[in-house]
Amino acid sequence: MKVPISWIKDFVDIEISIEELARQLTMAGLEVEEINFVGLPMPGGKVEIHSSDEQRQETKITGLEWDPDKIVVGAILEVMPHPNADRLVLCRLDDGEQEHIALTGAPNLFDFKGKGPLDSAIKVAYAREGARIFDGHQSGQVLTTLKRAKIRGVDSYSMACSEKELGISDDHEGVIILAEDATVGIPLVDYMGDAVLDIAITPNIARDANIVGVAREIAALTGKELHPLDLDTPMGGPPIEGRVTLEIKKPKLNPRFVLGLIEDIEIRPGPYEIQRRLHLAGMRPINNIVDATNYAMLEIGEPLHAFDYDVLVERANGNAPAIYTRTAESGERLTTLDEVEHILDDFTVLVCDSAGALSIAGVMGGAESEVNGQTRNVLLEGAAWHFTNIRRTLSAQRMSSEAAYRFSRGVHPALAEAGVRRGLELMRLWSGGIVSQGLVDNYPQPPVDPTVEFTTGDVKRWLGIDLGVDQIKDLLSRLEFSVQVQGDQLSVKSPDHRLDIGDGIVGVADIMEEIARIYGYDLIPETRLSDSLPPQHGNLRLEIAETTRDQLVNLGLQEVISHRLTASDNEARHKPPSEQVDQDYLEISNPITSDRNVLRQSLLASLLEVAERNARVARRLAFFELGEVFFPQPDQMLPLEQLKLVILLGGVREQTYWQPGDSSVMDFYDLKGLVEILLSGLKVGSTKFLTAEHPSFHPGKCAKIFIEDEVIGICGEIHPLVKANYDLPDDPVLAAELDFDKIFTHVPDRYIVEPIPVFPPVLEDLAFIVDESTQVQEIMELIQEAGGDAVAEIALFDVYRGGQAGDGKKSLAFSLKYQKPDRTMTDEEVSQIRQKIVKHLGQKCGAILRT
Amino acid sequence: MLNQLEEIEQAALVALDEVEDEQAMEQWRVANLGRSSPLMAVFDQMRDLPKDERPAIGRRSNEVKQKLEKKHSEKADLINQLALQKSLETERLDVTMPGRPVSLGRLHPITTTMRQIYRIFAEMGFQIYQSRDVETDEYNFQLLNFPPHHPAREMQDSFYIAGHYEEDNPVLLRTHTSPGQIHKMREHSAINPKDPPEIRIILPGMCYRHEQISARAESQFTQVEGLAVGKQITFSDLKGTLSDFNKRMFGQNVRSRFRASHFPFTEPSAEVDIECFVCGGEGCPVCKRTGWLEILGCGMVHPIVLQNGGYDPNIYTGFAFGMGPERITMLRHRVEDIRYFWANDVRFLEQF
Ligand SMILES: [Zn+2]
Repeated sequence: MKVPISWIKDFVDIEISIEELARQLTMAGLEVEEINFVGLPMPGGKVEIHSSDEQRQETKITGLEWDPDKIVVGAILEVMPHPNADRLVLCRLDDGEQEHIALTGAPNLFDFKGKGPLDSAIKVAYAREGARIFDGHQSGQVLTTLKRAKIRGVDSYSMACSEKELGISDDHEGVIILAEDATVGIPLVDYMGDAVLDIAITPNIARDANIVGVAREIAALTGKELHPLDLDTPMGGPPIEGRVTLEIKKPKLNPRFVLGLIEDIEIRPGPYEIQRRLHLAGMRPINNIVDATNYAMLEIGEPLHAFDYDVLVERANGNAPAIYTRTAESGERLTTLDEVEHILDDFTVLVCDSAGALSIAGVMGGAESEVNGQTRNVLLEGAAWHFTNIRRTLSAQRMSSEAAYRFSRGVHPALAEAGVRRGLELMRLWSGGIVSQGLVDNYPQPPVDPTVEFTTGDVKRWLGIDLGVDQIKDLLSRLEFSVQVQGDQLSVKSPDHRLDIGDGIVGVADIMEEIARIYGYDLIPETRLSDSLPPQHGNLRLEIAETTRDQLVNLGLQEVISHRLTASDNEARHKPPSEQVDQDYLEISNPITSDRNVLRQSLLASLLEVAERNARVARRLAFFELGEVFFPQPDQMLPLEQLKLVILLGGVREQTYWQPGDSSVMDFYDLKGLVEILLSGLKVGSTKFLTAEHPSFHPGKCAKIFIEDEVIGICGEIHPLVKANYDLPDDPVLAAELDFDKIFTHVPDRYIVEPIPVFPPVLEDLAFIVDESTQVQEIMELIQEAGGDAVAEIALFDVYRGGQAGDGKKSLAFSLKYQKPDRTMTDEEVSQIRQKIVKHLGQKCGAILRT
Repeated sequence: MLNQLEEIEQAALVALDEVEDEQAMEQWRVANLGRSSPLMAVFDQMRDLPKDERPAIGRRSNEVKQKLEKKHSEKADLINQLALQKSLETERLDVTMPGRPVSLGRLHPITTTMRQIYRIFAEMGFQIYQSRDVETDEYNFQLLNFPPHHPAREMQDSFYIAGHYEEDNPVLLRTHTSPGQIHKMREHSAINPKDPPEIRIILPGMCYRHEQISARAESQFTQVEGLAVGKQITFSDLKGTLSDFNKRMFGQNVRSRFRASHFPFTEPSAEVDIECFVCGGEGCPVCKRTGWLEILGCGMVHPIVLQNGGYDPNIYTGFAFGMGPERITMLRHRVEDIRYFWANDVRFLEQF
């Protein structure tokens, strides 16, 4: 909301700098996003500030300062034709010191061309030679300095300015024509210098989306008096009674409706000062009547609607118009003045007369009954509407308007009457009309302004500060709450301009906020929690997740975090084309883009995308992600959210450098080693890997991962047909997908460590020749089985095929460590165990000891 | 014989002078002290000597042997020293050559920031509570005092899940981690409805908003919220707690500023700014020359929210706050583009 300081000053005196005012408003929740100087001196002695300045500004500052010596009120005494140009005129102009000839192309001066000396001078904003103003011919705000030049043979060094040139608006259609009583020669900044605060209005301060609202906050914050608006308007006309009737069909949706009548008006432009304020507040001046409705709305927050009274009478066949409000029939149609036809819902409220619907209540009127250039008599509407219903209407009709902005945030019904009175008075002042006596006021549901009861103890309990009743009373009275005090008990009634104070304990919270705001958040001390510590629960799952991250980082992997929204065909790439069946996804009904319209189901797919993205910039790919995947659950509202862990490897084992090292590419066993050490680091029970099949993996290079006897994941080399779906280099890509919540259940609370052995081990190497199909895991299990406790370690150190091993056979060499915790083993003992092992292996899988 | 010993000694010492390296040293030792050296021959011949000559020859032989051994040892030390010196003089590395690369793993920067937040709040007694990404409108909005059609909903546009849900309770992606506040309060109050225990938690997690993705906005983002509920928790406690947090997170001297704001689920509400840690409040591009950085939103838990969680607002008060780890990370490391975080380009990730 744009708030001109000059307008605020109609209601409250401001004795602090504009920047300090902005700071105080911001601290109190009326965040000033920008100060736009329109004439008034700018901070730091700058003539203009643009966003590249080096100085600290707590609030963003823009705009233009009007030099008091160079920009003044001028008077055009005569408009003369330009000797060499039809589209330019020469103005003989008095700047209070001397006469000048100023050149202009302003169309609003052409009517005066060649009429000789004017009867009454035209007052303008005159910029002398050397003045800094904005260039009217460039888009946006570009500074320029007026310099002497010859234009079509005539000397030019100064000008009468447009609003654009002075930074008031982007209007460059003509020069500003000031009120006739403006004093010639005085600095323009003294006449109408201004600054505009751009305030962000959050929903809870909707009451402040108007000049009086902001002025009230300033008065409360700075301890000044708020000058009330005089709502007494001379009503010199005949009574309104009998000229219009009014009925409200749904009082809940339309708690109040007020009508006033003004006759014999003349439609003409509003006074320049009003036009200027409307422009600064971001609205376009139209004519005196429309400007009056907008001005009153901006000033006190009540949107008004002006009807052409004679059109209504005509619609009523010469009778008194019968205005009523009702909800629309579902499917009813209405064309609003923006020429859009609306198909209405059964909750949309309409303002109607006997001939039909006139407007969508609180949002927008129809074209027929709108005020126009011929309008003589105006019926003025000020009403109250249920704000949630207006919101529903706006979202159903996809409409917006200044009126709807306010009504959809809540306007107190008391303002309906105030608005109509203010609107009629402004119309009277600016149009010469006569206001009919009295108002038609239908007020079936006056709201009960809540009264909130609390004690000084409550203030302490909520805010942590000790305030006396008098201090609290003072703070709240500044915001026009009426406060009753009894002992330490306060009874506070909400004023009739706001709807944000609740009942009961909610009201207490609302009042606490008001006390804190006006007291000053700054002044509330900082204390440490003194409340007792809650019972401690810990979060074991998160702790183990963090340990897992640490382990994987220690193993040289880069953690990634991916988008959880994807597209089904994108995710399908993690399977070969023949396996890509339609999955039942959680689908977004309102996606922003079609490539993120479902929640992911495969973390592996996310990691393959990460690999694809980095394949061209990194020769070693080593990533992991711990994150959720989402599956719909039949007959349940909410999906299953599973925490998965995916590890992905690919490319060279070590980074290459200047000395030839191990630049071979990673394979299945690199991945397996990583998974093994991760799981052993998590101290889960025994793990094993068994041959498995999975569409994403190479059929011969894939394993299920077990902890104890539970499958907790799968790993392997990515299937060549899957790899082909991604832009990846030739090297194998390895991945493991683990179910974190299953791993989590296997992580023990604690684990024990073995003592350091006191007695030396006996070391021995044994090689066996076995069938090619025999798996190493099996041999190792058989060795352990036969050897028992005495075999402390078994390590495979060589695999050899062909030659002595024979066709279809392989030789597996193991180094064994025999060890007892209580004594040194003898050669004889070891030899006996060895014989047992050899025999067992021979029986179970036909393994032959190589000698 | 004695003369012979004299000659052996002289010859050996002369030869020793010629020795210059380890190899020659060893040759000298073999030649003069080895099994077949002249000196050893003298020892060998000893038993053939007349008995009365033996003591003198024997004594002298031993003297010569000891002397040569001593000289050998001295010379050997000297040669070693020279060799060391020579090697120290000649072995020169190009220390400017690159070190052998180690493949280092790294956490995602958001994980790192999250952990810093966890750690600081853990020390103040806040435990970590996580809840689901996909929520109902009821938990994401209604129970948090955002009624249907409430204007505050416009500040949080949601992604909705397609499906047949009740009209007033659609399923959506949570727009904040606040639904966890209700979950946690209800878990507690279900156990002991009359006198539910105090709560002090932080709620980290992924959130989603229906926003056009740009350098400044992502449709997916992480959030860490906090919630403290008890019988004597005040707005001044909220100020103290967050001010302490800011000092720990951003620097011991950093000043915090609390200004009034609005969130439906807290009242009074505040935005928390810290004095810009880049320029110390002087004004710089990072703080857009305001001297302040917006870091947190917070407030006293709204009575309706307490009530919806099963806590009587006439007895309990509480505060809640929320912050964005991406924003904090961006400010601290001057990350210009929020899209970097989920794009997972190693050229970004490796800088952390
Ligand atoms: Zn800064």
